[in-house]
Amino acid sequence: MAIVSMTVNGKAVTADIDPRTLLVQFLREHLRLTGTHVGCDTSQCGACVVHMNGAAVKACTTLALQADGAAVTTIEGLADGADLHPMQAAFREHHGLQCGYCTPGMIMTAVDMVNRLGGDLSEETIRAELEGNICRCTGYHNIVRAVETGAKAMAGGEPVRQAAE
Amino acid sequence: MYAFEYHKPTSLRQAAAMLAKAEDAKILAGGHTLLPTMKQRLASPANLIDLGALDDLKGIERKGRSVVIGAMTTHAAVATSEVVREAIPGLAEMAEIIGDPAVRARGTIGGSVANNDPAADYPAACLALGATITTNKRKIEADDFFTGMFDTALEEGEIITKVAFPVPAKAAYAKFRNPASRYALAGVFVAKRGSEIRVAVTGAGANGVFRWSEAEEALKTRFSAKSLAGMKADVSMMNADIHADAEYRAHLVGVMARRAVEAATAR
Ligand SMILES: Cc1cc2nc3c(=O)[nH]c(=O)nc-3n(C[C@H](O)[C@H](O)[C@H](O)COP(=O)(O)OP(=O)(O)OC[C@H]3O[C@@H](n4cnc5c(N)ncnc54)[C@H](O)[C@@H]3O)c2cc1C
Ligand code: FES
Ligand code: FES
Repeated sequence: MAIVSMTVNGKAVTADIDPRTLLVQFLREHLRLTGTHVGCDTSQCGACVVHMNGAAVKACTTLALQADGAAVTTIEGLADGADLHPMQAAFREHHGLQCGYCTPGMIMTAVDMVNRLGGDLSEETIRAELEGNICRCTGYHNIVRAVETGAKAMAGGEPVRQAAE
Repeated sequence: MYAFEYHKPTSLRQAAAMLAKAEDAKILAGGHTLLPTMKQRLASPANLIDLGALDDLKGIERKGRSVVIGAMTTHAAVATSEVVREAIPGLAEMAEIIGDPAVRARGTIGGSVANNDPAADYPAACLALGATITTNKRKIEADDFFTGMFDTALEEGEIITKVAFPVPAKAAYAKFRNPASRYALAGVFVAKRGSEIRVAVTGAGANGVFRWSEAEEALKTRFSAKSLAGMKADVSMMNADIHADAEYRAHLVGVMARRAVEAATAR
């Protein structure tokens, strides 16, 4: 067993874990943060993407111990209370999901994309940047639209119009 | 994944000592090759020595006529480095198309070079640019380093610390990606430095990365894509698998080489 400490969504956590515990297992099974998904478990699909020290990483291909001392943000850490993060709001507005399985990873990847490249993203850039995120439902068009809108909103442009309740 | 003991040394010396002492130990860098391999139970080290805390092994600097990159530097750091962009833009462009953004955020140059996957990109860059690989014990020229697929000159307990790339006059990389894995089906890195021209091929060869001497000779007459017109690699040296047969790979090598030379001469 080994002691691991990190900050998850702003909260300090410490646990005694088996060294082979993956970051995604740690988040889901120890912290019960089940928003981060496991799609493939082979580093291909991106359903498990979280931010580690500000960079989008595949939590199925990272040991929890490699995140020792790191600041981790999961999909649960994006919204501000009942207010969705602009990228989440954009996915809702543009129907950027069907079953929703890939969505947490898509959104974490999208937010990282904006953090690195800014809010004015071409369709080509968005598609290239989503290379490591696989969706079996949507055919991607609405995801690309959602990312485009969410990116603008994050950069301080138009607020994403909330869908009628 | 089988159980293992985890160690996180805080100095290179400590890492080397752990590696020498612990039984059946393996180095963990970005983990983007090693962890998937362990999950498949194709590797089951008893001890993992994580180099993640060795900040000395991270970073990029221009040293005289070379760009020196620490072993633990990520693909993302190389892709976005001003130093690399200015001195060897072809190298930054190569790092920018490894895997996907999340892979680039974790995968390291040291891990890629040590692993010598027959379809990986860095081995081609190292071979074409005439890189020198430094370990905790010695310096190894790229020509002597890559000894066959998944095989290198590294000895038991040896740790790569940095890779030095001499700055070329012109260089570029062209890669035909396998659309599913994003690894190279055929990737060609060309570099010209003084009168020396080197052409390295990854993804296509039956025994991993290799220098394509016929193309190097042809480019000596004139460093232009036209010098390679109609050329293809030796079919008998090509890999064949479900993704592409040998004939197709031999053809792709020619196409990628011409594209790489075009990109190098267009700068
Ligand atoms: C989805 C996906 C797509 C990918 N696509 C590509 C691609 O298109 N092109 C490409 O080139 N690669 C690709 N990769 C591989 C990726 O670049 C890996 O990160 C890289 O090959 C290994 O680097 P690492 O830091 O993850 O090493 P690790 O997985 O940590 O280690 C790999 C091996 O190297 C050894 N090692 C690590 N560091 C050192 C060192 N400093 N000294 C001595 N030995 C060391 C380890 O013991 C291990 O045996 C992909 C990987 C994934 C998961
Ligand atoms: S579950 Fe991590 S990439 Fe698919
Ligand atoms: S919405 Fe179902 S996998 Fe993307």
